[in-house]
Amino acid sequence: MKLTLRIWRQAGPAEPGRMVAYEVPDASPDMSFLELLDVLNERLTLEGEEPVAFDHDCREGICGACGVVINGQAHGPRERTTTCQLHVREFNDGDVIDVEPWRSVAFGVVKDLMVDRSGLDRIIQAGGYISAPTGSAPEAHSTPVPKPIADTAFDNATCIGCGACVAACPNGSAMLFTSAKVTHLNILPQGAPERTERVLNLVEAMDAEGFGGCTNTGECTVACPKGIPMASIATLNREFLRASLSGRK
Amino acid sequence: MTFYKLGDDIADTTAPDVPIEQRWDKRRFDAKLVNPANRRRHSVIVVGTGLAGGAAGATLAEQGYHVIQFCYQDSPRRAHSIAAQGGINAAKNYRNDGDSVYRLFYDTVKGGDFRARESNVYRLAQTSTQIIDQCVAQGVPFAREYGGLLDTRSFGGVQVARTFYARGQTGQQLLIGAYQALSRQIDAGNIEMHARTEMLDLIVIDGRARGIVARDLITGQISTYLADAVVLATGGYGNVFYLSTNAKNSNASAIWRAHRRGAYFANPCYTQIHPTCIPRSGEYQGKLTLMSESLRNDGRIWVPKNPGDHRPPDQIPEDERDYYLERIYPGFGNLVPRDIASRAAKNQCDVGRGVGPGGLGVYLDFADAIRRMGEDKVREKYGNLFEMYDRITGEDPYKVPMRIYPAVHYTMGGLWVDYDLQSTIPGCFVVGEANFSDHGANRLGASALMQGLADGYFVLPPMLGNYIASNKFDKIDASHPAVVDTVNEATGRLTKLLSVNGERTVDSFHRELGEIMWDECGMARSEDGLRKALGRLPELREEFWRSVKVPGTGAQLNQSLERANRVSDFLELGELMCVDALHREESCGGHFRVESQTPDGEARRDDDRFAYAGAWEFGGTGEQPILHKEQLTFDYVHLAQRNYA
Repeated sequence: MKLTLRIWRQAGPAEPGRMVAYEVPDASPDMSFLELLDVLNERLTLEGEEPVAFDHDCREGICGACGVVINGQAHGPRERTTTCQLHVREFNDGDVIDVEPWRSVAFGVVKDLMVDRSGLDRIIQAGGYISAPTGSAPEAHSTPVPKPIADTAFDNATCIGCGACVAACPNGSAMLFTSAKVTHLNILPQGAPERTERVLNLVEAMDAEGFGGCTNTGECTVACPKGIPMASIATLNREFLRASLSGRK
Repeated sequence: MTFYKLGDDIADTTAPDVPIEQRWDKRRFDAKLVNPANRRRHSVIVVGTGLAGGAAGATLAEQGYHVIQFCYQDSPRRAHSIAAQGGINAAKNYRNDGDSVYRLFYDTVKGGDFRARESNVYRLAQTSTQIIDQCVAQGVPFAREYGGLLDTRSFGGVQVARTFYARGQTGQQLLIGAYQALSRQIDAGNIEMHARTEMLDLIVIDGRARGIVARDLITGQISTYLADAVVLATGGYGNVFYLSTNAKNSNASAIWRAHRRGAYFANPCYTQIHPTCIPRSGEYQGKLTLMSESLRNDGRIWVPKNPGDHRPPDQIPEDERDYYLERIYPGFGNLVPRDIASRAAKNQCDVGRGVGPGGLGVYLDFADAIRRMGEDKVREKYGNLFEMYDRITGEDPYKVPMRIYPAVHYTMGGLWVDYDLQSTIPGCFVVGEANFSDHGANRLGASALMQGLADGYFVLPPMLGNYIASNKFDKIDASHPAVVDTVNEATGRLTKLLSVNGERTVDSFHRELGEIMWDECGMARSEDGLRKALGRLPELREEFWRSVKVPGTGAQLNQSLERANRVSDFLELGELMCVDALHREESCGGHFRVESQTPDGEARRDDDRFAYAGAWEFGGTGEQPILHKEQLTFDYVHLAQRNYA
């Protein structure tokens, strides 16, 4: 297959960026999208040009490192699929494909297709945990958890922190990311003691990081490679309201 | 020609000489304590944020030490432990199926083909139950039964159901638990976290580890970080093979640099080739993807009976299929340990019964399971794995059997450590996959997560405290000559990589290295092949330094430079792996020497000559390494040929 990639090139955070077109004449349908970039980068290196910088690591769709906007869609056209798991067979011979970094006020471009997502880490640091110092845990079976609750907690805990939800949101909101963590921890019995502070602190950190507000457009759930649902945002809103009325903060 | 020199024997002197059940208690009781008020005056460097490093960093910070932690990823949540799928073992015996600490210990020593240290393995089994408690308290959403209690399943090499899991994403859930504990400590100011920062070298002063040299991957700035102790939690070295199930950036540089500074490297040839991976599809392939071993609980492995049978699988009638694992090993069937399953798949493909492109694959078929349990139940158990397979191959495993083939997955070898997890450099501790201690020559499924968390949460913290309480630490700063020398060496190396400006890319060298390692030091190893590899590898290393092309500069984000630095270390490590494989003239676990097999093709150990761990001392680049043997004694599990029939 012959493909044309128009890729965002930007040397550094303060440098201007632009789209540059590259042809890949020898793409195979069985390549992953990142392998397509690998092939291009090998060629650029030999031609003495700097290869395209992009984040990636596990290439199994679980670490959350990769993620680019492909033809305007975060992680590209296939549902519930990270960029590393997207394959060239989703495209047609002769296609021109636009490849850009996540675009959001809270995610500055580091270089080319790499962005700074450390704001998401700081949201978790603000309270996205259960305080359980090592060694202090009771016997695991002392707290049974109803299966439906455990399953919902799990579904939300599958968030990989890739930031696609933020990139897809017209407001640059991190609401889906934050709501997944609040839902995961707040519905579990182990998470109950810190339930109120957790939701208040996470929302405060989310705002402080410059992420936008949520207007329920739902673009986030479409882009989410792990299928975190809108219901999680409803849970966050409910938890936030409850906590706000509690007068604890 | 020999490729190494023989040094003195080495021994672990830290495990107390009391019955095995009491060793860990006794060791902890004998360990010196650091007054809680004094702990904040001691700083500890932790490199890596996977299960072992994340758990260690969080725990040490909770205890009051000042932790300085590093990861090369943009966030500590992305360490490759996240990709572990199947589960984590623990001797809870919730099933009442006869499990116990002793049985987990026994299974692990036997599964490791009697090449692990009994003391360490017993402690691992003891600690396993506490790990589950800890993770549940953190909110790790393990799979549960309708009654609200934890579900378990069985894994390869054992006959009890002791594996706890969170669908096919157990590693992710455990890592998120550790990451959240780590985040809590970062927020509390107890951990100074440096993401996108990679260790370049270990700083050793007066024989003790006192810091690291690291590079900020965004700015290229090279800095020194000094502390009272250094913990390496940097994972395994499977990427020596280029194609593996490791993350693309997983590397051996931290442990290899420590090795060059004096840490012995034990059993480098013990690598695990995982039987259930998605076969490769083309030359451009950058990595391989694992399909969890848990699939072998319900999937049946088969090949066509007749070599060269290219009919689609649904047109091959039942009596023309060979369910070879069930046939050869009726006792364990599809659940034999990984090394045995991998070799059996290779043997089938070698005689032309392989399926798929190039005949390098076997079927893993769920048709029976779907008939028995219904598609919904199969989806609930393995849904995400089936989806992943579909995305990568474009085939629907609910309809067509999966094709699988072995791939490099895990490395049992690593830096040599004593019972305290301390390397031969005092003050340099090594945890998780980066050390060699618990899995012998073959790791059982769901034991890597167990070991990483045991080391990080429970074993390292008291032993690190003991080291700090037992030593005095002179004040040092960046002007110390040893620090300056180490920085200059690290900087000089990068400058040299950039200045070669040759005509071959880093990846082309890495691929060639990988091919040599896979062919000669992979699933089957022979004296001739290894000698051939040892002839070629030094040439390849020299060629690398003569003709590698690294664009850009060192004072910027430069992913080619990062890779070049890692590959230069892989080239040296690959050579040591081959030397180790050549010297070990026996087959054991993942190390299969074709010269040492039983008449039916099973691995034949040679306990008289090789019941030891081979700990290698660095002899200089291009010089012969020095072998120190740690004799292994088996006082509890009796040495016997493994039998899974």
